[in-house]
Amino acid sequence: MTPVTESPARPAFARDARVVVPTRHPARWAMAGVILLLVAGAIFQIVGNERFQWDVVGDYLFAQPILQGVGKTLMLTVAAMTIGVTLGVVIAVLRLSPNPILSSAAWAYSWFFRGTPLLVQLLFWYFLGALYPHIGIGSLSWSANDLISPLSAALLGLGLNEAAYMSEIVRGGIMSVPPGQAEAASAVGMRRSQVMRRVVLPQAMRVIIPPTGNETIGMLKHTALVLVIGYTELMTSASLIYSRTYQTIPLLIVAALWYLAISAVLSVGQFFIERHFGRGFSNHRVSRKGSRAARKKGEAVA
Amino acid sequence: MSAQPETEEPMFQAWDVHKSFGSVEVLKGIDMTVAKGEVVCLLGPSGSGKSTFLRCINHLEKFDRGEMWVGGHRVGYRPHGDKLKELNEREVAVRRSGIGMVFQGFNLFGHRTALENVMEGPMVVRKEKRAVAEKRARDLLGRVGLADRVDNYPSQLSGGQQQRVAIARALAMQPEVMLFDEPTSALDPELVGDVLAVMRQLAEDGMTMIVVTHELGFAREVADRVYFMDGGVVVESGPPSEVLERPREPRTQAFLSKVLA
Repeated sequence: MTPVTESPARPAFARDARVVVPTRHPARWAMAGVILLLVAGAIFQIVGNERFQWDVVGDYLFAQPILQGVGKTLMLTVAAMTIGVTLGVVIAVLRLSPNPILSSAAWAYSWFFRGTPLLVQLLFWYFLGALYPHIGIGSLSWSANDLISPLSAALLGLGLNEAAYMSEIVRGGIMSVPPGQAEAASAVGMRRSQVMRRVVLPQAMRVIIPPTGNETIGMLKHTALVLVIGYTELMTSASLIYSRTYQTIPLLIVAALWYLAISAVLSVGQFFIERHFGRGFSNHRVSRKGSRAARKKGEAVA
Repeated sequence: MSAQPETEEPMFQAWDVHKSFGSVEVLKGIDMTVAKGEVVCLLGPSGSGKSTFLRCINHLEKFDRGEMWVGGHRVGYRPHGDKLKELNEREVAVRRSGIGMVFQGFNLFGHRTALENVMEGPMVVRKEKRAVAEKRARDLLGRVGLADRVDNYPSQLSGGQQQRVAIARALAMQPEVMLFDEPTSALDPELVGDVLAVMRQLAEDGMTMIVVTHELGFAREVADRVYFMDGGVVVESGPPSEVLERPREPRTQAFLSKVLA
């Protein structure tokens, strides 16, 4: 390479600061235009097609049975996820137990409940009375028909199935926390349950929350399966109406719009929960006090 | 810093401690005595068993045979006939809370600020009131030179700062003994000094310390006695002025000549 010979003074032209023009992306914009056209066309098609019966959709969107169904769907989603998460944590902890019987039992649970269709499980719980007419311990016994209602069968089916999936998610979260964390907590003198509650699980949450959000939105839609056992949540309510009026498509749209709206709300909730459990780890949102103090010092954050 | 008269019961005592990982025997009968206020450094090549021995002291690692006493108690065991029976985890936790430990990898709780890291043990284990725990935590963080970093998360601190928080966290439990497992090995060279300075101060304040380290300078200057370990046995022990300056054993001589080369 020939040595660059330049006078020590910088050349005059370098002294004007020039405006930087970013690269243009005409192909991207063309693609965006095509997509906008397609979306507009689709909307035009759907709204303009009167066979969708938008007036019927409007009539039923806030109808009393639909709103009641929405309420029950929300209740079912929350209750089934609560059962699923609680039992899932227990099964995950068992799965990680050094005792081979405990960990095998936990493995078998996940295998069984993940390995059979949810629809089959729901029907099984609903028809439990055919297998066990009386359920109880010793002299305490109830008729299965009293215990198993569409609601209790729905909660059992959805909750126990969810626990199998949640246990794997929780297990992954627990294993993502470095073992040194539990060691340091034990060294301070915490008991095993305290180590889990105070140190391991809060940090595992960062890994557990995003897939749990997916599970919750999945659960919202899986509740529609209880149609087969006749619990009148959103989907069953809609189907009861269209089986009477034969306005099947508009009522399915009513149900779909509600599911969409609720999942949008759940996604927003997920965002805030993720932000909460990301503290200490995300680069964007750390302790506000802390980052302010660091900035005040004007020191680089390692 | 100087050893107490011999009439007083030693703070830490171990005799004939054996431990195997599978078929590999990593501790082959270790004896050790540390008086109250004494600083002892364990030196030796990696794989010599010194970290394993240290981790046995607070029962993070179990040993197979022998005795270990800290402050007049066995840590993980109680006598049962002519054997030792392992304590349940609740009892182990109580005994551990009086022994501070500092790890090579800091292991600060990542979801807690520096202040919360130091408050966690007293509040969870000792059920101390928040105000009491916070006052001591701020005081301790001040003593390790991090008064202005209390609200930072570990990810916002340098390695040296994290290790000093970890020392404060261990001190918050007001331990009788402090264990250090290669506390400066994971640090950038320019950060080692701050951590060693904190440890030196601690030694001057009369803390009983057992330190696994590669810092020969620290051992020479601060330790009352050093133990040189190799292959699961104590090869040589004594004041640093003897073991480090005039080693008698060929293995010690070989190690020192390699490290100092």
